[in-house]
Amino acid sequence: MTAQEPRRCQALTARGERCRNPAGPGGLCALHRRRFETAAAEAGERPDAGADLGALAPFLAWAEEALEFLRRRLLGEYTVDEFGHDPDLVEHVLAPLLRPLYRRWWRVEVRGLEHVPDEGPALVVGNHAGTLPFDAMMVTLALLDEHPARRSLRVLAADLAFTLPVVAPLARKSGNTLACSEDAERLLEAGELVGVFPEGYKGLGKPFRERYRLQRFGRGGFVEVALRTGAPIVPVAVVGSEEIYPMVVNLRRVARLFGFPYFPVTPTFPLLGPLGAIPLPSKWVIEFCPPIPTADIGREAMMDPMVVFDLTDQVRDTIQQTVHKNLFVRRGVFA
Amino acid sequence: MMARRILVTGAARSTGRRLVAALAEEPEVAAVVAVDHREPPAPFPAKVAFLDTDLRSPALVKAVESAGIDTCVHLGVSAEPRAAGGRTTMKERNVMGTMQLLAAAYHAPDLRRLVLKSTTAVYGAAPGDPAVWTEAMPHDTPRHGFGKDAIQVEDYVRSFNRRRSDVTVTVLRLANQVGPTVDNPLTRYFELPMCPTVFGFDPRLQFLHEQDTVRVLLRAALGPAVHGTFNVAGDGVVLLSQAIRIAGKPPLPIPEPLVGSVAELLRRTVDFSPEQVGFLQYGRVADTTAAREQLGFSPTWSSPHAFEDFAASRLRKLVTQEQVTTVEREALAALRRAAGWFGGGTQAGGAR
Repeated sequence: MTAQEPRRCQALTARGERCRNPAGPGGLCALHRRRFETAAAEAGERPDAGADLGALAPFLAWAEEALEFLRRRLLGEYTVDEFGHDPDLVEHVLAPLLRPLYRRWWRVEVRGLEHVPDEGPALVVGNHAGTLPFDAMMVTLALLDEHPARRSLRVLAADLAFTLPVVAPLARKSGNTLACSEDAERLLEAGELVGVFPEGYKGLGKPFRERYRLQRFGRGGFVEVALRTGAPIVPVAVVGSEEIYPMVVNLRRVARLFGFPYFPVTPTFPLLGPLGAIPLPSKWVIEFCPPIPTADIGREAMMDPMVVFDLTDQVRDTIQQTVHKNLFVRRGVFA
Repeated sequence: MMARRILVTGAARSTGRRLVAALAEEPEVAAVVAVDHREPPAPFPAKVAFLDTDLRSPALVKAVESAGIDTCVHLGVSAEPRAAGGRTTMKERNVMGTMQLLAAAYHAPDLRRLVLKSTTAVYGAAPGDPAVWTEAMPHDTPRHGFGKDAIQVEDYVRSFNRRRSDVTVTVLRLANQVGPTVDNPLTRYFELPMCPTVFGFDPRLQFLHEQDTVRVLLRAALGPAVHGTFNVAGDGVVLLSQAIRIAGKPPLPIPEPLVGSVAELLRRTVDFSPEQVGFLQYGRVADTTAAREQLGFSPTWSSPHAFEDFAASRLRKLVTQEQVTTVEREALAALRRAAGWFGGGTQAGGAR
């Protein structure tokens, strides 16, 4: 399928980083094109340009970028891909909202980024915990901010996410799609990096006493998808997500009432109301493990259930061991 | 190639009129029989014989046989219950009309080709759907409305093909059509002063420009015969929120519990059938690789461009590009002036 991911603008921002707005004609975004076109004229018009602005110059550059973003959104001048991924919104709104959590609150430490390929397909498989899927968001942000190729992870999400108002469009815009083999294969065939958390609700909604004990890895559907597309599997172990909402009790009846897979009671929620919904500031370590190639196993292998089981177990064991190793290394839950 | 004799159903509606006019201009087309149950607003060109009849009338059978029709283009499946005179009549026309047409076609000795204009609505719209539909994917049958009719019509056409395997059957599943002249429930929706949406949902939409509709129908009717079912849509995807902004309209988000009553209102004003409300909640996207590779058809307009063309030629924008750009410029200029004052101040402060 044709790549609908817009090419990035070629100019540099005020901070000296590559501009990440979608490029229009001439390889520049609307902002930089206009800025280059009017640079000469404005220099004559604005004797106060430069020196006078002093400490406020970075703020002004930020404001200009923000206004340009608002204009683009108001006029619908942005591109989403066929899955609904909206890189412009991720870049300017969603990622900036998550970054404080990533950097300050959970002080995420990332290891093994070299195991994630710079280009081409790969299936990133992780452990899932923490009541709300913050671990998926943090792994996504780690790859977007810290991977040299700034890769967008396309996470396969549970169907519940696509039935809830407000959550549904945000899930698609941030690059997620429904966890089904059709979508996963299509993304991998397009050369995307796909993220999957095979434990699903069993991992996300498990009680605190079972922390860091990986649940059953689905039915191995992710392995079949990898075998069919020949994409390598990159296991990723997340440490820290288990402590953000330590679930003491699962109120199954309440959950059933709302149609949720579980209803957590943590030491603070629902006791402290909305305040209790603030996640605890545990220390996080995300480690990507060496990729497991699947291309040379061959497409016929996926007919063999034994190969699929073995590969599923291999991925699960790798993650479990890496989780234990990093738990041991971590000095304390909140250190 | 021998002179072609083509029958077009639903010929008086907007797509039909444009297709008939385009067919009449082709030198290889000797005759066009245009069938509809109502008069076209303007008379057809000379080559065209207009048959003012319902598909369910016996006159059609005679026409198909006596005119030596070799190609039948079936456009007569309607998505507009009110225009048809109620859902029951719409279903009668769509499904029974198709059955009658196929019965007539079964007895047409010269028939070699059947083109059905179907719709991507056959895939339905649900949160558990795959993001991108290919033609072969199994899909739930839409339970009502246009989508259900379209599925049934496709089924009848397929069973016709089993009985007349000498006829090449091409089924085109078209995405929602937009353009300067085309008139359908979705174009009327965007022509409303405000666009009601389901609160908290932002479906992915695909559009097909009306010129591409005619191009793909011409391709299927006159080009090399290709058997099969093909999705047809402009490249790329437009979110509903994005489309509403391109249209320059304010969105009107309706909370889910109230959607039913607003949908009733929409049914009266823009002739929405119920499953189109689901479409505006969950949307759908179809894969067009097969049309590109097997049919050799690529649309000239992408989905965003097709919609922009529609918006530019048809819609009165409440929010224009000039207004937004002016506001942006002025806000920035004001900030610069303010920064100019304070900037001097902070520098002085910094020197202290």
